[in-house]
Amino acid sequence: MTISNTLLGLLEAGPRHGYDLKRAYDDRFGQDRPLHYGQVYSTLSRLLRNGMVEENGVEAGGGPERKSYAITEAGVTNLETWLTSPEDPAPYLQNTLYTKVVLALLSGRSATDILDHQRAAHLQSMRELTRRKTTGDLADQLICDHALFHLEADLRWLELTAARLDELREQVST
Amino acid sequence: MSPLLSATDLTKSFGQTKALDGASMTVNAGEVVAVMGPSGSGKSTLLHCLAGIIRPDGGTVVFDGKSLSGMPDGPRSALRRSEFGFVFQFGQLVAELTCLENVALPLRLGGVKRKTAEQRAREWLERLQVADVAGKRPGEASGGQGQRVAVARAMVTGPRVLFADEPTGALDSLNGERVMRLLVSTAREQGTAVVLVTHEARVAAYSDREVTVRDGRTTEIVAANL
Ligand SMILES: Nc1ncnc2c1ncn2[C@@H]1O[C@H](COP(=O)(O)OP(=O)(O)OP(=O)(O)O)[C@@H](O)[C@H]1O
Ligand SMILES: [Mg+2]
Repeated sequence: MTISNTLLGLLEAGPRHGYDLKRAYDDRFGQDRPLHYGQVYSTLSRLLRNGMVEENGVEAGGGPERKSYAITEAGVTNLETWLTSPEDPAPYLQNTLYTKVVLALLSGRSATDILDHQRAAHLQSMRELTRRKTTGDLADQLICDHALFHLEADLRWLELTAARLDELREQVST
Repeated sequence: MSPLLSATDLTKSFGQTKALDGASMTVNAGEVVAVMGPSGSGKSTLLHCLAGIIRPDGGTVVFDGKSLSGMPDGPRSALRRSEFGFVFQFGQLVAELTCLENVALPLRLGGVKRKTAEQRAREWLERLQVADVAGKRPGEASGGQGQRVAVARAMVTGPRVLFADEPTGALDSLNGERVMRLLVSTAREQGTAVVLVTHEARVAAYSDREVTVRDGRTTEIVAANL
């Protein structure tokens, strides 16, 4: 979902070749995981099928990477809708950490251990992001900050849950 | 290599309250250690014992091979002045002095001549990017500027250990960040170790490792390599 909309967003400025598109994506958004060519072409062919993009001419003798794509009107509308709709906040019942804690309590495992180790892992990623942030440019900083605030939110939840384990243990065991 | 500063099995009570109940931690030269834990868990008490501000009821604190817990008050405060620097959440600057005079003060108290002291103070204000408030009184500086002046004042004597208790506790994210960045980068440049008390994970993320205090006891969990 995000990748296809991001590619649409990059195509909005003008037609591009598949290879070009991958490079533009990696430059701007691929810090953590650059796209595979396979992903680019499968996404483009899906967008093509759905009428979000159209072929914009093929250079003679070129393979698939020499094919150029342009965004369609439907593609722009789709992009617009995606950009202006808020993301679904993940419902808490599906939260993996919550599930682990409850399962630990139900099975008599140490929920404190799970929380402590999760906390250490979270803080370790926060350290790495902080390090990366201090050497990166502003774009890097903003991306790292976004991740940092999310990890911090998780971590606060871990702390609060650790402080309420006795209460929770009583509730899940009834 | 033995640690620069170590606390072993500290206990400390205030009346009926056991603030520390077997707390231990070490600080190596030049490293940044975060001390985290819930409110009232004993973080500040631990920091005060490590820095020789208060004496624990039991246990030992050793700095650079010397026992702080056994040292008489006089030498202990002399050592504190020459080897340690402090940054707290609020109100550590002298309101009647300008920011420049505040930063020069620890040097003046150590017998450095006014001109030299103020010159070094000015350099530190520049490093902390607050040279523009040199002539202002602390009350005329913003919270973030005030904290950076406080870092300059703590660092001006070239301490071996900087103790920071919630140094960004009263600041918004952007200013807190700026203080932390400058505090940690100047400490690393000078080889000053930092003991950083905070309950904010984003602040603790500037550290090399973390000690957690719960109910006056310390634990340290090292993240498994994922
Ligand atoms: N001077 C004092 N007199 C009496 N009780 C004290 C004193 N200093 C600390 N305490 C008590 O000792 C316990 C630990 O306090 P401490 O200030 O070390 O906690 P903390 O972890 O720093 O908390 P916070 O995050 O709120 O700053 C608390 O119960 C506190 O009320
Ligand atoms: Mg405190």
